[in-house]
Amino acid sequence: MSGRRLAAPRGSRIDRERTLSFLWNGRPYTGLQGDTLASALVANGVQLVGRSFKYHRPRGIFSCGLEEPTAIVDLIDGRHRTPNARATVVELAEGMVAESVNCWPSVGFDLGAVNGWFAPLLPAGFYYKTFKWPNWHLFEPMVRRMAGLGRASLEADDDRYEEVCAEADVVVAGGGIAGLSAAVAAAQAGAGTILITAGTATGGALGWRDDGELDALAAKAAQAGVRILTRSVAFGVYDHNLLCATERLTGGPRGPRGVLRERLWKIRARSIVSAQGSFERPMLFTDNDRPGVMLAGAADEYAHAYGVACGRRAVIAANSDSAYQVAASLGAAGVEIVALLDRRAHADIGAHVDGVRVLPNTGIDKVLGTSAVRGCVAVAADGHGSRPERFDCDLILSAGGHAPAVHLHSQAGGRLRWLADGAMFVPDGAAPGIVSVGGCAGVFSRDTAVAHALDVGRALALGFTVPSATPCGAGRSLASTRIADARGKQFVDLQNDVAAGDVGLAALENYRSVEHLKRYTTTGMATDQGKTSNVNALVLMGELTGREPAEVGTTKFRPPFVPASLGALVGRRVGRLYRPLKHLPAAEWHAAHGALYEQFGNWNRPAAYPVGGETLHAAAQREARTVRRSLGVFDGSPLGKLEVWGPDAAEFLDLMYVGTMSNLARGQARYGLLLNENGIVVDDGIVARLDDHHFWVNTTSAGVERTASAFEEWLQCEYTNLRVFVTPVTSRYGNVTLSGPKSWEVMAAVGFDAGLSPGSMKHMTMRESALGDVPLRVLRASFTGELSYEINLPVDATTAVLDRLWTAAAAAGGALYGIEALEILRTEKGYIHIGTDTDGTTLPGDIGFGRAIGAKTANFVGRRSLLRPAALDPQRFQLVALSPADGRTQLPTGAQIAASDPPTTPEGHVTSSFWSPELGAPVALGMLARGSSRLGERIRVHHLGERIDAIVVKAPFIDPAGSRLHG
Amino acid sequence: MQNRYSAWSLLRGAFSGQRNWSPAWTDAAPKAAYDVIVVGGGGHGLATAYYLAKNHGLNNVAVIERGWIGGGNTGRNTTIVRSNYLYPESARLYDFSLKLYEGLSAELNFNIMLSQRGLVLLAHSRHDLDAMSRWANAMRMNGIDAGILSRDEVAAMVPGLDMSPQARIPVLGGFTQRRGGTARHDAIAWGYARAASALGVDIIQNCEVQGFVQEGGRVVGVDTTRGRINADRVGIAAAGHSSVLANLAGFRLPVTSYALQAMVSEPLKPVLDTVVLSPGTGAYLSQSDKGELVIGAMLDLFPSYAQRGSFAVTQSILAGVLALFPAYARLKMLRQWAGIVDVVHDSSPIIGATPVPGLYINCGWGTGGFKGIPVGGWTLAHVLATGENHPLAEPFALSRFVTGRLIDEAAASGIAH
Amino acid sequence: MMQIPCILCGRRDESEFVCGGASHLLRPPLEASDQQWGDYLFFRDNPKGVHLERWRHAQGCGRWFNVARHTVTHEILSVYAITEPAPR
Repeated sequence: MSGRRLAAPRGSRIDRERTLSFLWNGRPYTGLQGDTLASALVANGVQLVGRSFKYHRPRGIFSCGLEEPTAIVDLIDGRHRTPNARATVVELAEGMVAESVNCWPSVGFDLGAVNGWFAPLLPAGFYYKTFKWPNWHLFEPMVRRMAGLGRASLEADDDRYEEVCAEADVVVAGGGIAGLSAAVAAAQAGAGTILITAGTATGGALGWRDDGELDALAAKAAQAGVRILTRSVAFGVYDHNLLCATERLTGGPRGPRGVLRERLWKIRARSIVSAQGSFERPMLFTDNDRPGVMLAGAADEYAHAYGVACGRRAVIAANSDSAYQVAASLGAAGVEIVALLDRRAHADIGAHVDGVRVLPNTGIDKVLGTSAVRGCVAVAADGHGSRPERFDCDLILSAGGHAPAVHLHSQAGGRLRWLADGAMFVPDGAAPGIVSVGGCAGVFSRDTAVAHALDVGRALALGFTVPSATPCGAGRSLASTRIADARGKQFVDLQNDVAAGDVGLAALENYRSVEHLKRYTTTGMATDQGKTSNVNALVLMGELTGREPAEVGTTKFRPPFVPASLGALVGRRVGRLYRPLKHLPAAEWHAAHGALYEQFGNWNRPAAYPVGGETLHAAAQREARTVRRSLGVFDGSPLGKLEVWGPDAAEFLDLMYVGTMSNLARGQARYGLLLNENGIVVDDGIVARLDDHHFWVNTTSAGVERTASAFEEWLQCEYTNLRVFVTPVTSRYGNVTLSGPKSWEVMAAVGFDAGLSPGSMKHMTMRESALGDVPLRVLRASFTGELSYEINLPVDATTAVLDRLWTAAAAAGGALYGIEALEILRTEKGYIHIGTDTDGTTLPGDIGFGRAIGAKTANFVGRRSLLRPAALDPQRFQLVALSPADGRTQLPTGAQIAASDPPTTPEGHVTSSFWSPELGAPVALGMLARGSSRLGERIRVHHLGERIDAIVVKAPFIDPAGSRLHG
Repeated sequence: MQNRYSAWSLLRGAFSGQRNWSPAWTDAAPKAAYDVIVVGGGGHGLATAYYLAKNHGLNNVAVIERGWIGGGNTGRNTTIVRSNYLYPESARLYDFSLKLYEGLSAELNFNIMLSQRGLVLLAHSRHDLDAMSRWANAMRMNGIDAGILSRDEVAAMVPGLDMSPQARIPVLGGFTQRRGGTARHDAIAWGYARAASALGVDIIQNCEVQGFVQEGGRVVGVDTTRGRINADRVGIAAAGHSSVLANLAGFRLPVTSYALQAMVSEPLKPVLDTVVLSPGTGAYLSQSDKGELVIGAMLDLFPSYAQRGSFAVTQSILAGVLALFPAYARLKMLRQWAGIVDVVHDSSPIIGATPVPGLYINCGWGTGGFKGIPVGGWTLAHVLATGENHPLAEPFALSRFVTGRLIDEAAASGIAH
Repeated sequence: MMQIPCILCGRRDESEFVCGGASHLLRPPLEASDQQWGDYLFFRDNPKGVHLERWRHAQGCGRWFNVARHTVTHEILSVYAITEPAPR
């Protein structure tokens, strides 16, 4: 309990006048406006905040930024939880509720910690070597319960997310001094510039050190019109210079629809500047994971930016000149620096601090204290020399050097090189479209970074050659941060509990490439994505196998740079806006008339119109019966509609369809099958000739986009000489279909032109007509086997005409009918439904269209495929009609046909199956091997262990002569 | 000499300071000649080498890997294993594979963490229900476990699904294969490598094949970045890079390479026990033993050899996930990657001879290669050792693209692999 | 996410387009052998490098056009009309 609030003027980001109360693990605390959850916890003396993944060791706050590996918390608001938030970047808010993860019953007393006792039995990859007998299933449930960090809620998220697209000449990721400089220079030179910064203002992690230069730059940025996105992190570079960032939104009270939580930015930029700085590299020493061990720069930032001291007496373990700056700055803030133990030899140290005891060539041998640091023992780093010395302290600061944030550069395809002097990976040349400046380019000298960034910004804006960066200013660091002969656990990956010994084991067992190392030990796979562990792991593996870190290799960085919430990535594509459904032009009319809506493909359509508590099944039976007895009214608006125009339209349609269309007379219509080039039936439809050069094409509702695309592709890419236009008109025309013996009677009553009567208009013809001033295209075609009129009309007139027809139909004893009744009616007639009775293997010959092909001359799409051996195989499945042998048991759709019980090879399956109200018996269609030659044969269908005998019968089940079609 | 892995060996490790372990496999330098060379050190290639040694007694075998073993699609998938296939040919092939998986931890003495927590395929419409009925029945006819789930059963097995009346993607029921599940992908590569290495197979990493040496029209060896290596039988198991190798050998394949994405969330306490597949949205997901949600996508639908994946597809697949699980909006995507998959027209593998005598291939697994690793290795080893295609692999020969005898699982089921 | 220069509309996001696969395929006549037909239908160069392919601006003007694109970097080297010969 050694953290505390420092007196003003420390704390450039906090407002001491505004106190915020919050709950942490059930206990009330207060913090200040501007605090992060982490800084508020530190100020309250809370040190133990979490437990590690594997051994459940106590862990504290390790960093001050998005690289945090250990202070992982769940945030709770009402019914919702946000799991695995990094306390170091959570802005404290009034009433915030947060708790530790991965511990039970509490973070202070965690039963999982018994794992620590067995640590010697649980080296890296131990699970590959045991838990095999009797099998993994015995052990897995226990492992699953132990695994995981935060807890997710199963309540739907009420909050909202949105997406914004933007374009920029230059987009700068990172609002520190280098990023700001580049942005200002670019904007001043006339480039449209966007700057993305993680904080609430520009300035970056070192913003609190401002000497006025940052403020001046920020003013210039505003003046030059730089668009600044605060609370935002660029997480990914994608193809063709797309930079994506998430912006955290705050503010606004929580309404019934939640709050707008996050915004995704998709910024297409001519140039991207990466200025995401660097991460401090931790030192490896025994028990370097104890609460109270943290990154040196982080402690400095807490002190100056948040006005909190992370301890009273600090020992600094250093491998970098930056430690000296921290020592001075923290000392000035009131933290006593007990000693600075520098891993490096005297000659390598390039910095100096007054009034602090500096011990070169020294490292930490051991940390005292378990749940909190009580002290440490220092020894000579090379294992020789002076005897161990004990220091009493409550804070150990780790300053192992810096790891440039090369993520965006690497994501964009840039290579990396190892800089031995600074012991860091830096960009090796530029990646296409992206330039690194400042810390992430390895430029740590402030003046050089600013000068370089200004040059870069200007060059990008003006199209000049971009100056390359020269890494400098970091001083010397050693690759290895360990002392010789270190014993005990030196943690490389703090969250995943990967210790130096685990890396050693990986080396011993030949998991030596960087990817094997990562996967075998799980180092770098934690929620900090390796930001605090990767370099140490690579260096260690290199050390153990006698290779340079660069030879061990680096993994390619992939998005996201920081974990991104799924909500933000999805934006508004949720709920009704996820693949929006299509609605009928008369949707409300149907709803008012009792429609039971269901989704059919992308359409919301009436499945049936139940009355008086009918089930869907009962309603469909009644509707189907009514169609056969009197008439039914059906909304066929989703039916695909294309108009095909041009002098070569007839020739073109002959090439598209199995049926011949060029010999249609004007007003005549014909059924057609559409194949793909592989010979597969992909759609069917009716083609009507309106004029010599003008055809009307009906496709299936689901198939219209596919058909229109196919037409266009063939026209534009193969038959480029044909003079044809294809116009999709599905959404321009409504379609009201009347079917049943009384269809014409009702149409006549409503006042349709007498020229449409069955006597003057034959089956399979189309007429252009009108009802009052509503122009009509009326097709006599039938999917029910009854006299039918498909009335196509302007979409705006659909509801009115439908209403008039329905009024007359209802008076004549008719019914509205939905898809379910239509399926019954067409199955009774043996009409196929593409996609139900056929699948992606069906050839035209399989459904009775073999003979239609022979007579045709055109080399229509897919024709050649019908001549291959597979198409000529006599064993092919063919469409048949099926009746149950007992005359009453309905054959389940999807049931398989086979003579013997399983295991056996099926010889077909049931594709459509309904109860026929007309026959008072089941009717079914199916695909059956050699089906067309097996009429009258008894077969057996199998459904989930049940067996039903059936007979192959002749289709159709109703009206074999087809006389009903003609009214 | 390799250690035998057991709880006992771990105990010895605990007392020896983990100094008792030997390399899982030995890195070999290429010899001048081998009986058989397998090009590709992923799961399929390593399994091939293992079965060459184990089933056929061929120990003078090299596996040549351009990078590091298991670094391609074996280490880049969503680790799902299942055998829910419609056609008898596929059902036999994939179920044989699943059965090999079921015995693999014991056989390889390496815990592959086969976790048969079951898979649930969601039906979003009555049409889906009918399709799943056909599928379940077809599988049962082929002697493979399969069942149909009611809406309530799905809700009970998959907590967090949006089952509300206004759900944009309704769930009407589902299909299940209880033997389906996941296995630890890296363990498959390492387990096969270790077992093959113990049988004398040379595993050669960081060795890229640059050409196939042919004499009299037959293959007699390979040119590599580490010199020429002779063998008169060569097998290719290179997934997305199959066409590149075929091109070196002078022929083309009916293959197009696409990026297939996957992503994981941050680790969570258990929220999802089974593997969930949603053909309607293209999303499939499971929760790993570590607690990460592992989310798979549909293909990026343009040819690609870049292991990145398009952000548009990432967004679209996550939108599908949130349509099913609206509570997951607060979870965070931790990693995202892509594998390069070898897609053929009928979504079924190609196993057997190539136009070049002596050169055999195992490719075309597309998005489903992981579950096929054991049988892919088994059958490629068979044809390499005997010159005859294994009966299970016979229908999957390259010749089907000429005869038209495709085994079109994707088209028949309408369900992505 | 790529940006594709539609031959009519200029640069647009990848999500507005569909890729139709390899371009410059020659459709054999009805008399072609099974082998020739199979080659046309299924067998592809599938290069790791520059690929000549066709794309359609499906959510835009609807035009099909050819694209020369690198399959590793996804860099687009040129776009040209569907009737133009392959660039050399």
